[in-house]
Amino acid sequence: MSALARKLGAVTQKRRSAVSTGVSLPVLGLLAGVAVFLLVGSFTSTIFAQQTVAGLAQGAIFASLALALVLIYRATEVINFAQGELAMATTFIAYQLIKWGLPYWVAFFATLAIAFVLGAVIQLVVIRPVQHRSVIAVVIVTVGLFILIDGLVTWEWGADLKFMDAPFGNTVYHVGKVAFSRNDLGVLLVSILSVFLLWVLFQFTKLGLAMRAAALRPAAASLVGVRVNWMLAIGWGFAAVLGAVAGLMTEPTQFLQPTMMQPILLYAFAAAVLGGLESAAGAVVGGLMLGVFLNLLGQYVGFATSELRLPIAFGVLLLVLLVKPNGLLGRKQVRRV
Amino acid sequence: MSALLELDDVRARYGPVQALHGVSLTVDEGEIVAVLGANGAGKTTTLRAISNSVRREGGIRFAGKPVGRGGPDDVARLGIAHVPEGRGTFAELSVWENLRLGAYTRRGPIKDDLERVSAYFPWIEERRSQQAGTLSGGEQQMLALARAFMQRPRLLLLDEPSLGLAPRLVTEIFRIIKDLNDTEGLTVLVVEQNAHIALQLAQTAYVLEVGRVALSGPSAELQAHDSVRRSYLGY
Repeated sequence: MSALARKLGAVTQKRRSAVSTGVSLPVLGLLAGVAVFLLVGSFTSTIFAQQTVAGLAQGAIFASLALALVLIYRATEVINFAQGELAMATTFIAYQLIKWGLPYWVAFFATLAIAFVLGAVIQLVVIRPVQHRSVIAVVIVTVGLFILIDGLVTWEWGADLKFMDAPFGNTVYHVGKVAFSRNDLGVLLVSILSVFLLWVLFQFTKLGLAMRAAALRPAAASLVGVRVNWMLAIGWGFAAVLGAVAGLMTEPTQFLQPTMMQPILLYAFAAAVLGGLESAAGAVVGGLMLGVFLNLLGQYVGFATSELRLPIAFGVLLLVLLVKPNGLLGRKQVRRV
Repeated sequence: MSALLELDDVRARYGPVQALHGVSLTVDEGEIVAVLGANGAGKTTTLRAISNSVRREGGIRFAGKPVGRGGPDDVARLGIAHVPEGRGTFAELSVWENLRLGAYTRRGPIKDDLERVSAYFPWIEERRSQQAGTLSGGEQQMLALARAFMQRPRLLLLDEPSLGLAPRLVTEIFRIIKDLNDTEGLTVLVVEQNAHIALQLAQTAYVLEVGRVALSGPSAELQAHDSVRRSYLGY
């Protein structure tokens, strides 16, 4: 009897520690419910299925940019307001490379490399000097960067719409009666793949571990030999790479112009906050959910015109935050001293 | 025995407050040295000066070479492991990730070290995926030792390993430190408020008072010293 009681005690203890480090049950239930709803809807209505896939593609872009915001938030504790403009600028760089004759995918990867260097250099040159002063100083620097990048791009390339080759072509696939555009599938695949690769890097490599340690506990990290400053710069580099992916994946539907990432940044910000701002998984889930939600809303709710999408998105965000102030997957710090 | 670590007239300040007024001490290879003193005597600052966690003046030599004025990361790469005040636990990361960070400066496989660590701390193996912040205080102190051990340091700096622990755990922790010193030849510089247990552990001890070395010598001598007995041992 007592052995059984001890066993039960051990089980509940285990359960408790699992919950305290992970996701809360109601949220898991909610996410499962959403997934079931989307699946059932997609099997019953072709339009629903089409809008869901298109929404996922749009959401994957939000997710990449939201993850970039989260990366920097975790390391620097500020929202990088220039993240969207940086993404836009790197997309212009890709445009220039293609104009010079590079094939799309060569230009794509070259742009990612350039974005990495650009992000790291920005951290080294303009963020690091003010980082230890105050959070507000860093915020103001990122706002300054926003304006600077915007100005530079407009000065170099002009504000008129530009066009790039469609990376995935304009093919439309038909599965039964459901039509999927190849572009949506490609965008979804590339965005999710880059998010996944970054997750692998952070979770399973020595570099990733050092970057997490440097962001979480800079003093303790430097005592075990981690070059904290370099890790922060590399973190900004990877955030810029994610931003570049978001920019390049946005271009086929939005065309290239200096303002193209501004609404996306707002949605990405909403997605990051929805997910919990500190949580990488939260940013991705938040981005995907927001994308699908907005697309279905546009399809099924008559008054939700494109002008109303942003206010509605933020209205929902407000409601979620009233119920769960830490966001869906954000967790309260568990710490025992 | 030769001197592994030498501090020569080391001074440090926090803003306008001078914390170290010129501390000189020597740690020989394979030795355990204790630094004793009251709150605010400069014990923690001495360790922080060694690991470049605080700006300092004066010379520090490690293994015969001067220690530069780089950051704590450079000092870690010299082979000095510093377990700071508050144990430096990565509370948000798992036990396993904490250990891997301990071995960060090293190249090559770390499997052997993990086995040796498990021999000292058998509970670590089965709780490797637990979030380190949810460990008890004693477990966190042991994890901090294990993490430092993963670094394979030539010198271990320990800041108040007994702080906040039950007496039985303190004995256990000090037994492990002694064991590491005996079997691995690990050199240890330990800062302690608990003079009684520190003097039992260490071969040599220094007593700091307001940022200066007030007394030093073999532990046995200090234990017999009247003022040490009265001020720090309490009998």
